Amino acid sequence: MNAPQPLALRRSWFEATARARLQALLDPRSFQEFLPPETSQPSPHLAVLDIPGAFDDGVIIGAGRLDGREVLVIAQEGQFMGGAVGEIHGAKIVGLLKRAQRDKPAAVLFLADSGGVRLHEANAGLIAISEIMRAVLDTRAAGVPVLALVGGSCGAFGGMGIVTRLCSAVIMSEEGRLALSGPEVIETVAGVEEFDSKDRALVWRVTGGKHRYLTGDCAALAEDEAADFSRVAAQLLASWQEEGPSLDALRAEQARLSQRRARFAGLRDGLDVWAALGVADPAQVPLMDRDSLVELKKGLPQ
Amino acid sequence: METLEFRFKAASATPAAGTALCGVVGSGNLEILIRPGEPADTCQVSVRTSARGFGRIWEAVIGEFAARHPVGGTRIDINDMGATPAVVSLRLSQALGDYTGGAR
Repeated sequence: MNAPQPLALRRSWFEATARARLQALLDPRSFQEFLPPETSQPSPHLAVLDIPGAFDDGVIIGAGRLDGREVLVIAQEGQFMGGAVGEIHGAKIVGLLKRAQRDKPAAVLFLADSGGVRLHEANAGLIAISEIMRAVLDTRAAGVPVLALVGGSCGAFGGMGIVTRLCSAVIMSEEGRLALSGPEVIETVAGVEEFDSKDRALVWRVTGGKHRYLTGDCAALAEDEAADFSRVAAQLLASWQEEGPSLDALRAEQARLSQRRARFAGLRDGLDVWAALGVADPAQVPLMDRDSLVELKKGLPQ
Repeated sequence: METLEFRFKAASATPAAGTALCGVVGSGNLEILIRPGEPADTCQVSVRTSARGFGRIWEAVIGEFAARHPVGGTRIDINDMGATPAVVSLRLSQALGDYTGGAR
């Protein structure tokens, strides 16, 4: 473990804007934005609804280098409409992924920070999400790994939760969250007895980075810091062989998830799931630092 | 949403970057895009804001900024989600700093 940096020099991934994340993640001065704000237009759908848009429509795309490797990047801005995917937002992501299929960079880094579809844009947003899903799979089939980096305040929910799990691998921080229906959605639909979205600790115990790491939904845990996401992503890429999606692999994954669903069906809390996974003292998990949790996972029965 | 247009006379800015963007269109925040504009002694500002009825306050805040800084020869576009005058002033200074080369 490296010596901890002075607090003033640390850059929290959770708190940073999408632009700040990219600057800190990539090699210095290597980032080049495609369709920068001065050349783009805010969403016309939002203007119709009398809502001010953002020039970049809440997503930044471009090229840069990660530890010397040429990569293409996508960064969603969670502070603008919860990072939600609208028509222009989605078209920028799909365009970037198509470029990756053509140019074959070392990887696409997808900095997810989104609650999913931008409901204001209705069908255009839903279609955008489905196009992104297909484009992620096409990019992987072209041999280019797509790494999802999840550690922003909006996590990755709804359609973006699905997109994230379609990526080659997911890197999360403890602060990151990943799931399909968001906590408020579950509470609204099924009642507070089913899920109390105000219980922040519970929310993190069933969607947070540590939980996703223990259940194997995320490949690696990073500290809440751009430099650490950078290091972990570079480390994963150094030995990554992109096999691309195959029908057999998807069937095997489906079978694994069905088994998991049956195994954990009656459990109400991350604590119960961790106990079922063989963690001796689940109550300690939320208090552990990253390195201790990584050690703990190595010791779990497979 | 309300769209506001202003023009202020100001000494010319000396750009270091072609454009500068700062801030995010998030709750209580705004994004400001500065780029070169004509003529050299004028600053043109276009504001799209979620809060209606604050035109005079916008004019006072940006007018005061234009009186204090050389911002002539620029076009400033603002997308606002309810930022307070203090936040607007702060972001304007930040954007102008980036535009004229006070890069961090």
